[in-house]
Amino acid sequence: MLARRNPQLNGHGELIHLLSIEGLPRAVLTQILDTAGTFLSVNDRDVKKVPLLRGKSVFNLFFENSTRTRTTFEIAAKRLSADVINLDIAKSSASKGESLLDTIANLSAMHADMFVVRHSESGAPYLIARHCAPHVHVVNAGDGRHAHPTQGLLDMYTIRHYKKSFSNLTVAIVGDIVHSRVARSDIHALTTLGVPEIRAVGPKTLVPGDLREMGVRVCHDMREGVKDADVVIMLRLQNERMSGAMLPSAGEYFKSYGLTEEILALARPDAIVMHPGPINRGVEIDSRVADGSHSVILPQVTFGIAVRMAVMSILAGNDA
Amino acid sequence: MKILIRNGRVIDPASGRDELADVAIAADRIVAIGHVPADFTPDRTIEAGGCVVAPGLVDLAARLKEPGPGALESELEAAAAGGVTSLVCPPDMDPPLDEPGLVDMLKFRARKLSRCRLFPLGALTQRLQGVELTEMIDLTEAGCVGFSQAEHPVKDNLTLMRAMQYASTRGYAVWLRPQDASLGGGVAASGAVATRLGLSGVPVAAETIALHTIIELVRVTGARVHFCRLSSAAGVELVRRAKAEGLPVTADVSINSLHLTDVDIGYFNADMRLTPPLRQGKDRDALRAGLADGTIAALVSDHTPIGNDDKMLPFGEAVPGATGLELLLSLALKWGNESKLTLAQALARVTSEPVRVLGEALGSLGQSAGRLVEGGVADICVFDADAEWQVTAETLRSRGKHTPFDAASSGTRMPGRVRHTLVAGTLAYSAAAAPGPGAA
Repeated sequence: MLARRNPQLNGHGELIHLLSIEGLPRAVLTQILDTAGTFLSVNDRDVKKVPLLRGKSVFNLFFENSTRTRTTFEIAAKRLSADVINLDIAKSSASKGESLLDTIANLSAMHADMFVVRHSESGAPYLIARHCAPHVHVVNAGDGRHAHPTQGLLDMYTIRHYKKSFSNLTVAIVGDIVHSRVARSDIHALTTLGVPEIRAVGPKTLVPGDLREMGVRVCHDMREGVKDADVVIMLRLQNERMSGAMLPSAGEYFKSYGLTEEILALARPDAIVMHPGPINRGVEIDSRVADGSHSVILPQVTFGIAVRMAVMSILAGNDA
Repeated sequence: MKILIRNGRVIDPASGRDELADVAIAADRIVAIGHVPADFTPDRTIEAGGCVVAPGLVDLAARLKEPGPGALESELEAAAAGGVTSLVCPPDMDPPLDEPGLVDMLKFRARKLSRCRLFPLGALTQRLQGVELTEMIDLTEAGCVGFSQAEHPVKDNLTLMRAMQYASTRGYAVWLRPQDASLGGGVAASGAVATRLGLSGVPVAAETIALHTIIELVRVTGARVHFCRLSSAAGVELVRRAKAEGLPVTADVSINSLHLTDVDIGYFNADMRLTPPLRQGKDRDALRAGLADGTIAALVSDHTPIGNDDKMLPFGEAVPGATGLELLLSLALKWGNESKLTLAQALARVTSEPVRVLGEALGSLGQSAGRLVEGGVADICVFDADAEWQVTAETLRSRGKHTPFDAASSGTRMPGRVRHTLVAGTLAYSAAAAPGPGAA
């Protein structure tokens, strides 16, 4: 069978949609991170706006609720001077039975320039990118378990900010990897940027062995997983996994895989602790670690705005 | 009506006949192959020079239910255009085939269309709910050739054992797709691709656990079981061992699992959303080897016409299935070419071998269906083995236009093009007379 052209890139290898980190060349990732750096200073100014997306309409299409991610995209678009329209589709069209592609066709007719899409089904943004008007750019803001590329990129920005280089790092990702789009995007980004050791840490129900085929070392022991790590990325444990057949209880999970000061002491002395938020204190991370000197959880949020500005401005400058 | 098929390469997989010969047909029978009597005066002559004259194809899995009214007409037309002269349809129609009246009506309507012989499977349990048995004797008298749950689970092993015991009392075959219901909820095969794409997985154990259970119940009950659409290397091995043990089991594989793997899902191509899900390369290789060595008796189209609205969805929400009746011949030939088999060996998997699976359920038709024999029924497919074509929506007569082999997404070149299809001595399809690009 023929492999279809990567739908994220145009004929010149330029980014036209951001759907997944997978398949993006290192140069594109570096371009986004470098551009984000220039926007960080915008966020420190009194007038926090640049006119790069003036006159453009950005539609936030959230088929699945997420106030936090939607807000960061909204702030990023507004700082680029775009008009932002928020559609909480989980509560409107879809519940009236309108199909996904009908919704997209309708919004395209309203002259949208960019769709920021969150959807509960893996791959939904690919379907949208395939069927929207050619001038429209699609940004995946999280699809099912598949990808959350802007989160992956802001994680990379954070790592680069504190560690300067990717080439000698050990990064441990801890928690519910199998259901995590953040973990997948982080793994692809870390691999592309040349991180030599990526560890996926958790019980077998949440960290299955075939993750090895994504280029990670699978660890079922927390101490082994965190030992000598430069970066520890803790994932949020969703409420629905805290009991039942995946895990017996949140308490037992914290005992085995929670990040405490004692465990963190096994990592490198200058290790950073990251988390995509929102955090469950006492479930995956101890408060003393979340609020401690190694934690960069709040800077991640700040960097997230700059990274999303970078993605949107780069997309707007490239034609299909 | 007398028909003479002239100068074709006559291939009968069952007897090994492969020679240039004329075939004479009178009424619904083949009256002569080769030495046509001098006084045979045909009403119509089909020039088959450069073409293969083969038995009509027998497809053990084709659904006719979707989409909408008139589906039977379009899908049986698709069968004829694909050279398929007999097809077996599973009972998951709407309503399910659990009453003789429904089977009578379906068979009556299919006969009136005279495009393709239709052999329904009856529901094993009422409304396919997996709890209460159907009236299997009445359903068999109405024309059912076996009993199946289609994609629906049986409530528990006790019910399955009772159903198999009851069916075996009369020697009826039970057709089961081996899949454990609780492990079968995913949308793609478990493995690296599903993990990478974030798609929920169906592990191989979903198939092997079901096979172990059913094979054990075959030992206990003696029931004759046909396994529908194997998908894994481990599944093929279990069937191979069961056959070696002498158990009365047979199996088939779909054109999709025979040619594709989960890697073909690419960027969430919903045309690759199939049941069973596409598995890995080693599974495909084992299925191909199993079909070649006879562990798997038949290649099936697993034809499932699905409308646009049900496919233009995110991968996990798309309805599983693909059109297949018009692709069966080409994909059998493609497998045969790639496996270095003779034409007769490849054709056997879609003609004589599926008829052996049906066995006595076909009655007197079983003597000659899937074969070319003097005195036998004239169910014939004339095709050009050297012609190539590409699948597009316009080339298909089926209402289902979605297939993994679509030229735009796959670029697959399909070997072999059907020229004429005869069912019971009547021309059911003729490329020359058919309108549209399909005639090319």
